[in-house]
Amino acid sequence: MKNKYSVFSLIKNAFSDHENWQRAWKDPSPKKEYDTVIVGGGGHGLATAYYLAKKHNMKNIAVVEKGWIGGGNTGRNTTIIRSNYLWDASAGLYDHALKIWEGLSQELNYNVMFSQRGVMNLAHNLQDVRDLKRRTHANRLNGIDAVYLNTDEVKKFCPIINTSPDIRYPVLGGTLQRRAGTARHDAVAWGYARGADEMGVDIIQNCEVIGIKRNGDAVEGIETTRGFIKTKKIGVVAAGHSSVIANMAGLRLPLESKPLQALVSEPVKPIIDTVVMSNAVHAYVSQSDKGELVIGAGTDDYVSYTQKGSHQIVEGTLNAILELYPIFSRMRMLRQWGGIVDICPDASPILSKTSIKGLYFNCGWGTGGFKATPGSGDLFAHTIANDEPHKLNAAFNLNRFVSGDLVDEHGAAAVAH
Amino acid sequence: MFVINCPYCGERDQQEFKAGGEAHIERPKQPTELSDDEWAEYLFMRKNIKGVQFERWNHAHGCRKWFNMVRDTSNDEIKLVYKMGEKPPLE
Repeated sequence: MKNKYSVFSLIKNAFSDHENWQRAWKDPSPKKEYDTVIVGGGGHGLATAYYLAKKHNMKNIAVVEKGWIGGGNTGRNTTIIRSNYLWDASAGLYDHALKIWEGLSQELNYNVMFSQRGVMNLAHNLQDVRDLKRRTHANRLNGIDAVYLNTDEVKKFCPIINTSPDIRYPVLGGTLQRRAGTARHDAVAWGYARGADEMGVDIIQNCEVIGIKRNGDAVEGIETTRGFIKTKKIGVVAAGHSSVIANMAGLRLPLESKPLQALVSEPVKPIIDTVVMSNAVHAYVSQSDKGELVIGAGTDDYVSYTQKGSHQIVEGTLNAILELYPIFSRMRMLRQWGGIVDICPDASPILSKTSIKGLYFNCGWGTGGFKATPGSGDLFAHTIANDEPHKLNAAFNLNRFVSGDLVDEHGAAAVAH
Repeated sequence: MFVINCPYCGERDQQEFKAGGEAHIERPKQPTELSDDEWAEYLFMRKNIKGVQFERWNHAHGCRKWFNMVRDTSNDEIKLVYKMGEKPPLE
């Protein structure tokens, strides 16, 4: 690695006031032709390019991004990473990602600040208790660490939670995945971008796709705001805008794009050292290394590309947060934002070939794509390079909406979508 | 948040309404004749347009009636509302 980051490089650059760090990735103009073009420079897209170059020896790859890399949902999520999904197919997919997360900083030589602080999911009624116990058993059968906690154990693990039986949504128990946690979302995009760039991937920013050129049943290239790019393989990793790209190719996808909101508080001293998710009331909270509370809310029910979301969604989440954590009653919120999430009818992603040769889609991650970033990139790269899915993403094909073989994670995952 | 002009009740806060997805998806006339592909198209595939889209909405906490809406999903601007059964404007 020409510019390896280490404690020595840090000391060396400290002597020159940190003014001589090399740029981590280049800013190339698009070439006329690439073997593969990835549409979308978020974490998933950059990871796909990285693994195409690294594991499949592809050299001539471009990532085109309409804004700046990591500026979409990669920089807008609440950074939660876990793999406690109910169904075998999902468990395989998300735990594959979690295993890569565990060694990612070393692999990329870039600190993604992966912190296995545990993720706890709360149960607020009898059905929640049954569902969470069932999921705990399913997780353990799939080799994923999970424990069920009763109310006292929840209180012991996270003392600031109000476990009084008199609150509107009393805490009846919870599950804990200790290997789960958080990571620095920007660093994931930057780390993969730096790694991909070093292997010769062209990362082209400010380059929006405006058309897909087809020759019969095969793709010929993409029309962009920076000119036409010829290619035989297009991997679309455009999250909320997947349908927009699909419509350009004359395809329809089973997706609806909706705003999902999050907000952060002013920074405070360490108060919560884990991630607590309350599925039934849509209140997710953790604390960033800067000290801000990072709070996740629910989605709106209408299609929108505005990256805003409705006020009452945030209000509902904050009501639930205050009920569960009375200690936060005087916290002030600093920022609120929305991201556009592409939701599948079965709340599972699509990593798949399409009816058009050379056109691949990685989309439908809905409200929980960040956690899957490394695994998604790895499996999508495999799918593009071999024109066949890996066995871990075979179930997540587009044809499942025709065959009926859905991976129904609506409510079955740890989150009510 | 936006204000919605219910065709039956007039202007009300968006909180009173429930979105019902894409409008004018016609229920198959001969369900038994449909192929799996056609079922998938009817049940799952959506236009999910960024721009002007036709939608169904329900005044859930009001008159509880369904109606149609033409809305720009890129800026949440409501162009038009019209009753169920009325023909969509061509525009």
